[in-house]
Amino acid sequence: MAQVTFEEISASDFFYRNRDIAGFTNPSRAIFAAVRELVENSLDAAESLKIPPDIYVRLSYEEEASRETQVYRLRVEDNGIGVPPRHIPSAFGQVLFGSKYKLKQQRGTFGLGGKMAILYGQITTHQPAIVISSTGMSKIYMYKLMIDIQRNRPIILDRKVLINKERWRGTIVEFCLEGDYLRAMPKILEYFKQTAMVNPYANLTFVDPKGRLYKFTRVTKEMPDPPKETLPHPYGVDVELLQRLIHVTPYKNMLEFLRNHFHRVGEITARKFLEFANISPSKKPKKLSHQEIVRLMHMLKKFKGFLPPDANCLSPLGEELLRAGIVKELKPDFVAVHQRKPSTYAGHPFIVEVGIAYGGEIPKKGSFVIYRFANRIPLLYDEASDVSVKVINAMNWRRYKVTPDMPIAILVHVCSTKIPYKTVGKEFIADRPEVRREIANGLREVARQIQRFLTKREHVDREKRRLGVFSRYLPKIAQFSTKLAGREKPPDVKKLLRSVRKFGAEGT
Amino acid sequence: MGQKEHKASIIERKKEVTTSLENLGLKIYEQMEKGYFPSIEMPSRSTENIYYDPNFRQFILGDRKVRRTARNIRHIRPFTQLVWAAFFSHELATQRKTSTLRDVYYSAQAYEMSFKDQQESNNIITDLETILGFSREDFNIFPEERSAVFGDLTIEYTVPGYEGKTLNLTSHPDGVMIGPALTSSEFVETSANKVIAIEKGGLFTRFIEENVHKKFNAILVLTAGQAPRATRHFIRRLNRELNLPVYIFTDGDPWGMHIAMVIISGSANAAHLRELTTPDAKWSGVWATDIVNYKLPTDPLDEVDIKRLYELQRDPRYKDPLWQREIKTFLKIKRKAEQEAFSRYGLTYIVDEYLPAKLEETK
Ligand SMILES: Nc1ncnc2c1ncn2[C@@H]1O[C@H](COP(=O)(O)OP(=O)(O)OP(=O)(O)O)[C@@H](O)[C@H]1O
Ligand SMILES: [Mg+2]
Repeated sequence: MAQVTFEEISASDFFYRNRDIAGFTNPSRAIFAAVRELVENSLDAAESLKIPPDIYVRLSYEEEASRETQVYRLRVEDNGIGVPPRHIPSAFGQVLFGSKYKLKQQRGTFGLGGKMAILYGQITTHQPAIVISSTGMSKIYMYKLMIDIQRNRPIILDRKVLINKERWRGTIVEFCLEGDYLRAMPKILEYFKQTAMVNPYANLTFVDPKGRLYKFTRVTKEMPDPPKETLPHPYGVDVELLQRLIHVTPYKNMLEFLRNHFHRVGEITARKFLEFANISPSKKPKKLSHQEIVRLMHMLKKFKGFLPPDANCLSPLGEELLRAGIVKELKPDFVAVHQRKPSTYAGHPFIVEVGIAYGGEIPKKGSFVIYRFANRIPLLYDEASDVSVKVINAMNWRRYKVTPDMPIAILVHVCSTKIPYKTVGKEFIADRPEVRREIANGLREVARQIQRFLTKREHVDREKRRLGVFSRYLPKIAQFSTKLAGREKPPDVKKLLRSVRKFGAEGT
Repeated sequence: MGQKEHKASIIERKKEVTTSLENLGLKIYEQMEKGYFPSIEMPSRSTENIYYDPNFRQFILGDRKVRRTARNIRHIRPFTQLVWAAFFSHELATQRKTSTLRDVYYSAQAYEMSFKDQQESNNIITDLETILGFSREDFNIFPEERSAVFGDLTIEYTVPGYEGKTLNLTSHPDGVMIGPALTSSEFVETSANKVIAIEKGGLFTRFIEENVHKKFNAILVLTAGQAPRATRHFIRRLNRELNLPVYIFTDGDPWGMHIAMVIISGSANAAHLRELTTPDAKWSGVWATDIVNYKLPTDPLDEVDIKRLYELQRDPRYKDPLWQREIKTFLKIKRKAEQEAFSRYGLTYIVDEYLPAKLEETK
């Protein structure tokens, strides 16, 4: 009989073994994911202070690793909030440690991304990572770290404290990793371009291993309001969350418990709910049995009396910035943007923003160019599975005079405290009916706007063509008839051409 | 016997043509001068407007008119092409040059007036014919296909370089090509008292070899299949100007029959034109009844032949008893014969026996 051994594995071990789900599938995906995770951390860090981000990314070639992969050094610098020195080792050396577990819209959610990148670098190159950070106070801290995978703990190899004369604030992360830049390049460049599109207030600089410089310059210093933290909405809770809340709550009865831990629950609503659920308001939360907790969760979902979640914990881009971003990156002839009113799915507030653009630098490729974003992160993989793409494909675009041979780009941005991602790799959004409906309604609105533009343009084009035809032939008629008639001077066709322009002639 | 009464007719007609072209130009010019979009009215050539006129014994256009106006975006291109074509014809006339439909198509390109295809440029020339009532040969535009003539007729050229020069049409044993120079020449004199038109080149040559022109006092015309317009006009002039009766010999099938009919009564395609028909010309053979009477070697009629016969049976041009009788006979015997079929009785049989009999019969 085979011996079965049981062992507990640490979080970092777990993700190390399952790095696929975090997006580190192969050498090309890995290098893309590393860049992306660090850039997103930097954007979060700047935005939480409402500072227009300045992010510098450098990828430099170190040495040959195998036939197809090379070792690169990745360095990302930002002007964000910085990491307090005591948190630096854990923030960069302990998986599932992060500051973004609260309920507000942010790019980071899992406490994983940056570490996966560092972990991947460490596994492939056996070299430590360097983190330099300052919160803008008098000192700068420099750490040289490695991750103890088995124990999910940072190993500090070196630590330096520098005097911050210039009061620099920000974070620099640098480490080596193995990857295949040549294959990753198109996605990485696309990632920067799309990031610039939905972050028009950011300066992004990228220097690639060949020394090529890609610069995406901000067009505005306007930034959306940073999101506020919020309590969970009763429709969105699960047993796990309830148990955690019960564990930490200082409140001694169910009425207070509900009033203080949930979003949009006041005294009256709480009482009504407890009556509905047949739970005594004075019941002690900590006395709830496991079965009672499960039942509570079900009742919370069933009760119709809760107000929908408030969306001020969300930070959509806003129509103006969205337009600025699209214009900046695509230079289209026409753009329409639309922000939907906040909505919710399963107790999570979300807002859909959409845009449609025509012409300019948008290629004609026989199908629409689709840009998908979630909390201002471009989603570049698994397009076909994404809910936006399903909605776009299901729409009857001909009704709006839009055909796939046109240079059309469609942009969908979903922001939420909880994006319904299908995977930890954050690549595509699941098909939720509520989300689908909002995307569809938003697209219909911008479709109507582009229809008006296309109709008008068609009209102008037709007029131009008409005038072209008349100005081509009328002078010839004048010329030949003059010769036939034996006259010297041809009749003046200007007046006739003017009348074509003014009234249009019959027939089309 | 030669008549000179039409001596000036060719030159006069040329003058008429140039004047009408100029007037067309002037009309358009004046409309534009007054600040109007120029427009032209012309008889419609759609099938609903084509009638057979028993008096004229040819197809004519009805009263329905169409208006081409430069104000309409769909018209302006053909309108411009039309004005160009008028201009181009006028140039040809004044410079005394000739050209072909193919030339017209290519010449347009020099004026940035390119036509989509040959068909488009042909249509424009037909428009011009319809508006002015002259045929394209009058505009010095000639077809590619050429037919020939042989016989004792003296003509006088009017084409540049040959003005005043005369030629007797027996001077070349292959016959003389009916081209622009011949078409535009005056008839000086003839000893002939009839015209014999022949469908096929082989028989035309045989007739010359057998001295048919002498034996029968005839001018021989080779139509080379369906007679081109210039040839139809030429036959008409022989008939009108020289008072010569015209006899037509074709193959004994619906197609040969129709070659004769188009010389006699014209085609629907030329309903807008006059002076292409010779209503008094006779179809002398090969008839269906000849096939029976002369016991000619035959081929069976195929499906298209029969379909064509039924069409002809309903055609107003074929209402005469003779034509109806022949159509019926074809349909009855379901056979057809070529002119060469007479060779079964020896090479000269057709000249010695058949021809005199038929000339007599259709006198
Ligand atoms: N450039 C930075 N500036 C400031 N803080 C940072 C920076 N990078 C990382 N952090 C801190 O480190 C924590 C861990 O980052 P990490 O990328 O591992 O997880 P996350 O961003 O919280 O979640 P996710 O897994 O979705 O990326 C963050 O929550 C943040 O507090
Ligand atoms: Mg992160």
